[in-house]
Amino acid sequence: MADAVTPRGPKPRPRFSRTNIMLYGTLIVVAAYYALPLYVMIVTSLKGMPEIRIGNIFAPPVEVTYQPWVKAWAEACTGINCEGLSRGFWNSVQILIPSVILSIAIASVNGYALANWKFKGSEVFFTILIVGAFIPYQVMIYPIVIILREMGLYGNIWGLVLVHTVFGMPILTLLFRNYFTSVPEELFKAARVDGAGFWGIYFRIMLPMSLPIFVVAIILQVTGIWNDFLFGVIYTKPADYPMTVQLNNIVNSVQGVKEYNVNMAATLLTGLVPLIIYFASGKLFVRGIAAGAVKG
Amino acid sequence: MSSSTKARRPSSLFRNLSAKLASIPMVLTALVVFVGGTAWTVVYSFTSSKLLPKANFVGLDQYERLWSTRRWLISIENLAVYGFFSMIFTLVIGFTLAALLDRKIRGEDVFRTIFLYPFALSFVVTGLAWQWILNPDLGVQSVVRGMGWESFTFNPLNDPDIVIYGILIAGLWQGTGLIMCIMLAGLRGIDQEIWKAARVDGIGTVKTYVRIIIPMMRPVFITALVLIASGIIKIYDLVVAQTNGGPGISSEVPAKYVINYMFRAQNLGQGFAASTMMLLSVVIILIPWAYLEFGGKKRG
Repeated sequence: MADAVTPRGPKPRPRFSRTNIMLYGTLIVVAAYYALPLYVMIVTSLKGMPEIRIGNIFAPPVEVTYQPWVKAWAEACTGINCEGLSRGFWNSVQILIPSVILSIAIASVNGYALANWKFKGSEVFFTILIVGAFIPYQVMIYPIVIILREMGLYGNIWGLVLVHTVFGMPILTLLFRNYFTSVPEELFKAARVDGAGFWGIYFRIMLPMSLPIFVVAIILQVTGIWNDFLFGVIYTKPADYPMTVQLNNIVNSVQGVKEYNVNMAATLLTGLVPLIIYFASGKLFVRGIAAGAVKG
Repeated sequence: MSSSTKARRPSSLFRNLSAKLASIPMVLTALVVFVGGTAWTVVYSFTSSKLLPKANFVGLDQYERLWSTRRWLISIENLAVYGFFSMIFTLVIGFTLAALLDRKIRGEDVFRTIFLYPFALSFVVTGLAWQWILNPDLGVQSVVRGMGWESFTFNPLNDPDIVIYGILIAGLWQGTGLIMCIMLAGLRGIDQEIWKAARVDGIGTVKTYVRIIIPMMRPVFITALVLIASGIIKIYDLVVAQTNGGPGISSEVPAKYVINYMFRAQNLGQGFAASTMMLLSVVIILIPWAYLEFGGKKRG
């Protein structure tokens, strides 16, 4: 009966054990390192230039000023053009909206056809698509210039929309195909018996059932397209440059005195859209990148 | 059921017609852009195209010129150094962070959110942020000097010998969170019984990770490797934003070489040859992977 006195279950770990201090200590130091650049950008963007020249980049601002943000948005110059980043922002919005809609519309139909309406050769095209995702963009950039020129879309926002649709297709098609494959087949068969066709089943059954995967796809595309630099610089004219390209031109312009506070405000403004999406979407963002990483 | 067999069977081309029509964009992308575009670039890399593509075949001339251009050799060397260290550090840091987060800690979500947020930012933003932090006159170097260590030198972005490591710092900051997430998902997929068994046998935590857990996570590591490798070859915007290839040409990379020759130097043939070399390096990486992934499965 002596056993009844001894406590059961595993020995509880003391809260401040050596391992715990090491564990949390390491995590906190590493987290501080990852957070540092964002912190430095924010404090720099809120200081005046005299304070930056004499001070420490890690020090919080003595005198908070919002002037750099105003200047970055409305007055910063690229070459002779001094309209600020706002133009790049609106260009990016104009590129983003049709690109996201078109790429997701096409890829979801692809995924649906591949999952439920397999035809001869459909798997071959899908394999080419997935292998194509690994081809460096540089290999296909010039042939696309020729195709767009023939279509009269080179140097036009719609040409860039098409490029984003094409290069977003492999990953999105994979995402939707895997999702639609997991939908119970009985549902699909029942709809077929009721006489629904390809589009009927897509719009009435698949679409309403798969809203979460559409949200994942939207997150993936909005951050991906917003962050694009290469396609923006190649397939649009300077007047239509997306925000990332304009940002780079503003910050790395060789003319004039460097205004680090304006530069950092501009950098933060460009990073704001993906950051907001990231912090607001939480687990869905992780699900999006995991879907991209784990092949079907 | 037997009554339906009376209906005329439609010709096979028109069966499933809506699905085929709906797949036209996919078929065009696969055949015209991916297959056609790639083949076109490879073919035209054997021509002397300058401002415009011309089918004037010159054999391997472009490749000979490519491999005797200093700028290309520097690009390749930079890619090799960046690739080697990026591969090792991303795997080690990504796995270590995932393992730390997997120790049933409090505030896991907060830590994960902090480690992953750089991945949401573009390479341009990443490059510009680190360009500022590494600024010799006002950044880290001046802060350390200001604390009394006058001879402290840390100015990678202006030193041709170590500029690529300055880019590596920024690249690791941006990309390790993604690998951590993949590793964490892999660790969560491991049966808890394994840990119990290891504890019963008296195997230490570190040893359990190295000897048991990591070998079990082989597929996760392969996925991570493929992701890291394809990211390394694509590296372009980070360099453009952070150093623009400088000082001089000491931080050039192949992807930037291609764009420069195609769109700035108006030497398309060189650009095509360089991009074909990039394609070749991807093929060399992909074939063993595809063999391991798909060849192995069929045997088993």
